[in-house]
Amino acid sequence: MPVFNQSRARIVQIIFAVVFLVIVGQLINLQLFSVKYKLAAENNAILRKIVYPDRGIIFDRKRKAILENAISYDLQVIPSEARGVDTAALCNLLNIDTAEYRKRIRELIFKNGYVKPGIFEPLLTVEMYARLNENIYKFPGFSLTERSVRTYPYNAAGNVLGYIREVDPTYLKTHKDEGYQMGDYAGMTGLERYYEKVLMGTRGVKNYIRDNKNRIQGAYENGIYDTAAVAGKNIHTSLDVELQKLGEKLMSNKVGSIVAIDPKTGGILCMVSAPTYNPNYLTGSQQKKHFADLLLDPRLPLNNRGLTTYYSPGSTFKTVVGIIGLTEGVIDLRTTVSCPGYFTGCGTGKPKCLDKGVFDFKDAVAHSDNSYFSTVYKRLLEESKYPSTDSALVGFNVYANSFGLGHKLGVDLPFEKNGLIPTAQNYYKEFGRKIYPCNLISNAIGQGKINTTLVQLANVMSIIANKGWYYTPHLVDSIEGGDEYGMLEAYKVKHYTDSRIPENVFNSVQDGMQAVVEYGTAVRSRIPDIVICGKTGTVENYYRGKKQPDHSFFGAFAPRDNPKIAIAVICENSDQGARVAAPIASLMIEKYLKDSIRGPERKAMEEEFTNKVYIPPLMRQAIAKQDSLKRLKENQQLMEQKLNKKETEGDTEEDNLKEEPVEQDGIVPAQTPTKKPVVPAAPQKKKPGGTVATLPNNDDKKYKRSAR
Amino acid sequence: MNNRNNTISQGVDWTIIWLYAILVSIGILCIFMVEYRTDTNWLQTFLSGKTNYSKQLIFAGVCAMVATFILLTDSKLFTAFANLMYAFGILLMLATFVLGKNINGSKSWIPLVGGFNLQPAELCKIFTALALAKFLSRQETDFTKLRSQLIAAVIALTPAVLSIAQHELGLALVYSSFLIAMYREGLPAQILIFGSSFAVLVIATLVVDPNTLAIALTAIAALILFVLRKQIKKSKGLLVLIIGIWLFCVGTQRFVVPYIFNNVLECYQSTRIYSMVGKEYDCSKNKKSERKAGEKAARKPDDYNVRQSKIAIGSGGLTGRGFLKGTQTRGKYVPEQHTDFIFTSLGEAFGFAGCFAFLCIYLFLLFRIVKIAERQRSTFSRVYAYSVASIIFFHIAVNVSMTIGLFPIVGIPLPLISYGGSSMLTFTILIFILLRLDADRQMVLR
Repeated sequence: MPVFNQSRARIVQIIFAVVFLVIVGQLINLQLFSVKYKLAAENNAILRKIVYPDRGIIFDRKRKAILENAISYDLQVIPSEARGVDTAALCNLLNIDTAEYRKRIRELIFKNGYVKPGIFEPLLTVEMYARLNENIYKFPGFSLTERSVRTYPYNAAGNVLGYIREVDPTYLKTHKDEGYQMGDYAGMTGLERYYEKVLMGTRGVKNYIRDNKNRIQGAYENGIYDTAAVAGKNIHTSLDVELQKLGEKLMSNKVGSIVAIDPKTGGILCMVSAPTYNPNYLTGSQQKKHFADLLLDPRLPLNNRGLTTYYSPGSTFKTVVGIIGLTEGVIDLRTTVSCPGYFTGCGTGKPKCLDKGVFDFKDAVAHSDNSYFSTVYKRLLEESKYPSTDSALVGFNVYANSFGLGHKLGVDLPFEKNGLIPTAQNYYKEFGRKIYPCNLISNAIGQGKINTTLVQLANVMSIIANKGWYYTPHLVDSIEGGDEYGMLEAYKVKHYTDSRIPENVFNSVQDGMQAVVEYGTAVRSRIPDIVICGKTGTVENYYRGKKQPDHSFFGAFAPRDNPKIAIAVICENSDQGARVAAPIASLMIEKYLKDSIRGPERKAMEEEFTNKVYIPPLMRQAIAKQDSLKRLKENQQLMEQKLNKKETEGDTEEDNLKEEPVEQDGIVPAQTPTKKPVVPAAPQKKKPGGTVATLPNNDDKKYKRSAR
Repeated sequence: MNNRNNTISQGVDWTIIWLYAILVSIGILCIFMVEYRTDTNWLQTFLSGKTNYSKQLIFAGVCAMVATFILLTDSKLFTAFANLMYAFGILLMLATFVLGKNINGSKSWIPLVGGFNLQPAELCKIFTALALAKFLSRQETDFTKLRSQLIAAVIALTPAVLSIAQHELGLALVYSSFLIAMYREGLPAQILIFGSSFAVLVIATLVVDPNTLAIALTAIAALILFVLRKQIKKSKGLLVLIIGIWLFCVGTQRFVVPYIFNNVLECYQSTRIYSMVGKEYDCSKNKKSERKAGEKAARKPDDYNVRQSKIAIGSGGLTGRGFLKGTQTRGKYVPEQHTDFIFTSLGEAFGFAGCFAFLCIYLFLLFRIVKIAERQRSTFSRVYAYSVASIIFFHIAVNVSMTIGLFPIVGIPLPLISYGGSSMLTFTILIFILLRLDADRQMVLR
């Protein structure tokens, strides 16, 4: 027995202890002194998930929801669990083929991996959802998940309400500190954009534990670090969705806009921009494609023509000129001007007037006499108290600006335009440093350099109705839960027109405007039991020296004694103001004040104007060009297919082959397509089911067929 | 002998049994932590017996029965049958080449009934320990002689070679732990020192930054020179020796090991070895790959295991995240966490304090076994006890070191903790044979 080795027992123990000490040393290093492992562990395992709150709902003045959230269902799949699924049955339900099924699964695996759920089919239709819900148990790995989408129950007011879209890098750059990240949705136009802060709500954060394959394992620390999402605030607007819908219907197949304001509050009752689009077209999975369609459309349906487009207001501006003239005393009610067919004051024979004769103020308004208001304007600019035309113009502009013209009103929608009430500087380029009243005379009748948005025009009507004051036109009346950001403060301030204007001047102008409808230019638009004050406008316009059809304007308010609605209508390149815009305005007024269009005669009128087609010739050309280009492309594709086919078949028909490409070149894009002939004036054939005559583009889905 | 209970418990070292029970319980809890899911009813899954922790409990039950059985046997049996069992073990290992079932790339398992698999290499540890004890306790063996040392080495190395043939590097390495037992029995210390120092040096070369290591080695040499300055004054030979060793170490570390990795081994082999310690091997340094440049870019080394293991342990901090609260464990970030990387769940849940306490239990167990070994009268029992201590020690050291990045990753389970019936059974048998022998320590067994 080797006793001499006894001491080695101690050594063995020391070896054990030393090795353990080394291990403990490394443990101290790892666990006590290295912070990076803790961080790495958190990065590994904690998944911060942002919880998106529901966006606020937008209501109209009668508390109808016009933009709300709907639950939509996505079909979700976990590829690793979906093996052995009855593919044929599922494809049958979804109306796809198995090749498509395999392709989608492959894509999902590529994007998400095998074990993470991915969206197989987004935004199922109601029928599809019902069908799938019944059968989903047959397909392991597939499930239906909810998601919230924006929906527009009335299919109306797309240009006003706007849409939300995934934010792009530019948006992220401009909204750096607002916590957006890629993949978020934000309001891009309309109320969705202007009230983004309010509608968005507060996002919440949930911390989850995830595993090595990124699957969620449960809440982190039972959710003590989570913050709850706060839903967006609902907003109540002054819109009247019925009126909006009627406006959109009346403006179908026309280009233009209708803006109606409640004169007492400044609340916008409707803001129609035609052509418009079905806002639901821009929700859901096809948004990008649909957006591109709308963006490329020559009719620019995404434009809100109510306040992002300038118009020369035409004769509707004469009301303002008249008010200033009466206030300054360059005319009085008994002043008469005679018109031999043109304005004689400047010797240029311009502007022309339609009704020859002698007019006093009231009749001049009623018959929209150009000479009368040219005279007024000339007298205003030649007033002796001003040393020069420049300063006289400044004097004129002080009045005009107090009518909310020439600058942004501050409507609660994005992209509002200034409009223009020209100052002397605007003319230096044309006429040099010294300008004469005759240089500017076309401004008198609302042409020349005068530019207004339609909201400004409607606001002028509202001012005349109120006899000298207005609230800034706005859409939102109140925000549920309080106006946290003070966004509505500006709409509670009463604005007054220039204090020199006495009330009786407004009365005189109202007299004239009443006469317009009673026996003047817009007599066709008279409604027996409503006293409407209005003013027509017909704006000549040219494109590259070529005369285009006139823009049709009408501004009005009603009833005269207790004004409840002020309205402005423009229908581009259509006809005289009295022929198109005025009847449309009268229908709108009747609808708003009496809740419906009454009587067969008026109903027929509604039908007539709904069916009228006024697509400006320029746009029609552009559409035709686009269509023929499309056709050309299609033809070319067809040709190529044919060619390929023939090549495989052999060279039996070689002679034909040579000719066909030549034929192809013969189709020049400028030619009008024969496929869809455009007959602009005559109402087109009605489709069964009361749909409105369609545009010369067969893309019905995009554009409204509001009649139901 | 009229009372069975009395017979079993008489002379048995209860401390070891308690430690054994504690460790097995910790093991089952650790596996439970790994398998636990918040959304499942753990009681139900536990009772269904499908989860690893319930299986481990069944293994523990089986092990308890085996342990009782061993305690009931006569200790003479082990000496008598030691060689026979060794032969049987080697036979079983050879049988795996025919009957073997492929699990995780190594064909070292024999399928048994009921879906359980047996790994003969595990059991062979016991037989080898017994055989070695038997050989060293022979009257005619003089362990100071080279011949005896060689025979002992052959006994220990035969199963190791077979394990390597089965691609079980980890198990093969375990057999080197018999060196400790042999050392106790008179193996020249130089072999052990030289062998282990060289191993440490090679591993350190892999793990530690070359410059840091060179500085460390120089510092150690300088320290030794300082401590031994008086002796050095007396004999210049010692100085030469120390400087020689220092030169050898630094040379190995700076030139030999890189030379082997860059010039002898293929790129992928070097990459694999480096990645075992969680490091990246730069293949552009490899001469062999240069020749075949442009053939195929080397795959990025996969140090995922070590990285995740270190993250899990490191995230535990001082006191850990608490039982069942480890995010890395719940997220299944560490591969093979219920078997070889079970220590990570402990490290994450209970932190440094837990790990330290846990290692103390192990160390206490080892010291206790050494104490038991030293109180044996028979060489057989002592050698066997040392073998047991060495095997357990080697397992712990290598397993824990690899989870904390001190050792390349080799498949070695943590004794009594890791999931696995074979492993648990092996350690149970090892320990309880020792207890049986210890209970009979008054008998001279040779």
